[in-house]
Amino acid sequence: MEFRHKDLLGIADLEPEEISLILDTAASFKEISTRPIKKVPTLRGKTVVTLFYEPSTRTRMSFEIAAKRLSADTLNLTVSASSAVKGETLADTAHNLEAMAPDVLVIRHAASGAPHYLAQRLRCGVINAGDGLHEHPTQALLDLLTVREAKGRLDGLKVAIIGDIAHSRVARSNIYAFTKMGSRVTVAGPATMLPPYLETLGAQVTTSLVEAVRDADVIMMLRLQLERMGQMFLSTLREYSQFFGLAPKHLKLAKEDVIIMHPGPLNRGVEISPEVADGPHSLILEQVTNGVAVRMAVLYFLIGGEKG
Amino acid sequence: MSLLIKGGLVVDPSQHLEDPLDLLVERGKIVALEPPGRIPAEGRRVISASDLVVTPGLVDMHVHLREPGEEYKETIESGTRAAIQGGFTGVACMPNTKPVNDNAAVTRLILDQAKAAGHARVYPVGAVSVGSLGQALSEYGDLKAAGVVAVTDDGRPVSNSMLMRRALEYARTFDLPVISHCEDLDLASDGVMHEGAVSLQLGLKGIPAAAEEVMVYRDLTLARLTGARLHIAHVSTAGSVAIIRLAKAMGLPVTAETAPHYFTLTEEAVLGYNTNAKVNPPLRTEMDVKSIKEAIRDGTLDAVACDHAPHSSLEKEVEFTAAAFGLIGLETSLSLTLKLVHDGALNLSQAIGALSTNPAAILGVNGGTLEKGAMADITLVDLNREWTVDASTFASKSRNCPFNGWTLKGKAVMTIVGGEVVWEGE
Repeated sequence: MEFRHKDLLGIADLEPEEISLILDTAASFKEISTRPIKKVPTLRGKTVVTLFYEPSTRTRMSFEIAAKRLSADTLNLTVSASSAVKGETLADTAHNLEAMAPDVLVIRHAASGAPHYLAQRLRCGVINAGDGLHEHPTQALLDLLTVREAKGRLDGLKVAIIGDIAHSRVARSNIYAFTKMGSRVTVAGPATMLPPYLETLGAQVTTSLVEAVRDADVIMMLRLQLERMGQMFLSTLREYSQFFGLAPKHLKLAKEDVIIMHPGPLNRGVEISPEVADGPHSLILEQVTNGVAVRMAVLYFLIGGEKG
Repeated sequence: MSLLIKGGLVVDPSQHLEDPLDLLVERGKIVALEPPGRIPAEGRRVISASDLVVTPGLVDMHVHLREPGEEYKETIESGTRAAIQGGFTGVACMPNTKPVNDNAAVTRLILDQAKAAGHARVYPVGAVSVGSLGQALSEYGDLKAAGVVAVTDDGRPVSNSMLMRRALEYARTFDLPVISHCEDLDLASDGVMHEGAVSLQLGLKGIPAAAEEVMVYRDLTLARLTGARLHIAHVSTAGSVAIIRLAKAMGLPVTAETAPHYFTLTEEAVLGYNTNAKVNPPLRTEMDVKSIKEAIRDGTLDAVACDHAPHSSLEKEVEFTAAAFGLIGLETSLSLTLKLVHDGALNLSQAIGALSTNPAAILGVNGGTLEKGAMADITLVDLNREWTVDASTFASKSRNCPFNGWTLKGKAVMTIVGGEVVWEGE
């Protein structure tokens, strides 16, 4: 099995075998982060540019650490306050960056499809670090790795994804990722946050948190964007947390060895209670650790080989 | 000089004609329509129409010519040249120019520019409200006297139902139809494509079919209340078709149009974030496409109008969410409609009715007929001519055509306006 893509734009474009290959490689890269000297020369002389049009700490840092552990040079550009304000188009910004000959561009953008737009126009590889409501493929890969490590497998699991599915690129990428790997995905949330046609992505859909978590092997809580209230997607935080917040009582309905995940950052007391977030079933920090490993693997496949 | 169009198949829905006939044009008018060979050729310019179809000049009742104000996208000259190359002898231009066509001075400017260009006839459509701001009625009487053929809120839909009621009543006063762009702006919100499986997959915000349908229903109800002539623009959903069909069965004075992209493309055209498939109302589903075709066939939808909406690369070569809505259509509209004929969905008379006779009647303009004494606006069509769409060769200044590279069958080969050959293909 080989990985033959110029870009990583979405999980929808990947075959299950390619996903397994990334996960296997990421698992082997994890060891590097435990060494006293956390660095290998694999990507020496390569340049990784991160271009973030939306605020992000965790994902940008995770890409940067991943690149540095593989000895790549990194350059980080947060655009919200620079060129975009001066009216430069996305294409112009990207062409200017490309003129400095990076090997790969990691982009986060509020417009769905912005990474695809760049991938069509640039010679260097493009990694989607989150585009609008569309996909966040490296998040899904790190979630897969976390679940595979905890459960020893991905097929036949019941995965519940709870919260604002409509506005979540994490949810879309994870629905694709887990169903491709043989898990059954159930999504739950208030109907205002469940877009029509979710079944066409292969997910089961319910408005009941209880139904979703029953017998679940994995429960993934999504971050509630607090501005959704003003947009008529929900009434109050109090009611949201009462009906869609994960509390200890819900864990009793799930499998005994259920694992709890959250892409972060947490709204403690809103979508997840502190007891659950910090409890023995939670793998939230393990997700962060795996994020570095998965991004190392993705960088390795896109720019580490001999394909020039 | 007189013009003899000889040997063609005359298709004229206004006279229920689909017969081989020769046509004689003198002083800009049709003076005779006779069985082949009856009209002597001596001393006349003879145009051989063998193997061609001769139709009343095509009329597109919904185009954006962008002048005044956005001449970098299109001018009245380039837009009307695109029209005649597509077989259209007349086009109705929407008022969302800069400034808005809400007063007689703008209307006169448009007509002057059209006359100077000398290509197709231009029928200006005035704004429902001053500045299209949805507050005060514009001067319909003055606009009509200056040459406006209808009023519309196209592109800036009237949200206030009372204003819509008054607009219908005031338009009835001057016997002007109101062309309604039906879109509930709250429901459409910041959607950029049809709300469905593809918008979900692409992570793009959707515009539900209901955003159109609730306004179609509102406006039909107001048409019943006011007795005004209502024309529904660019119908895109099966639900709208059903409501309009019902309204017509009830005898309401309503007409409606659709555009070729709504019976040719689905939401899937957006895949890959194709900004040339970003249009409002958005491309819908296979089920909607099927329903639109059926509605043209049974007359629920009276007209095909392409909603020609030129945009430059500045508006289209950007992220999908940032791109402007709209696509150009004047140079593909006839061919895409003839595709329905080739596919057996329409007969030729229905197609020409939708592209000529019906829109002319709705707007109350001359044309749409080859009757003796009528204005000699005529289109010659080669039904079997295969051609490949190459937007770089279009007369339009813009290139936002989702059909680029398609091979189509059927094309206009000659366009005659007022007895003058204004365009002739190779």
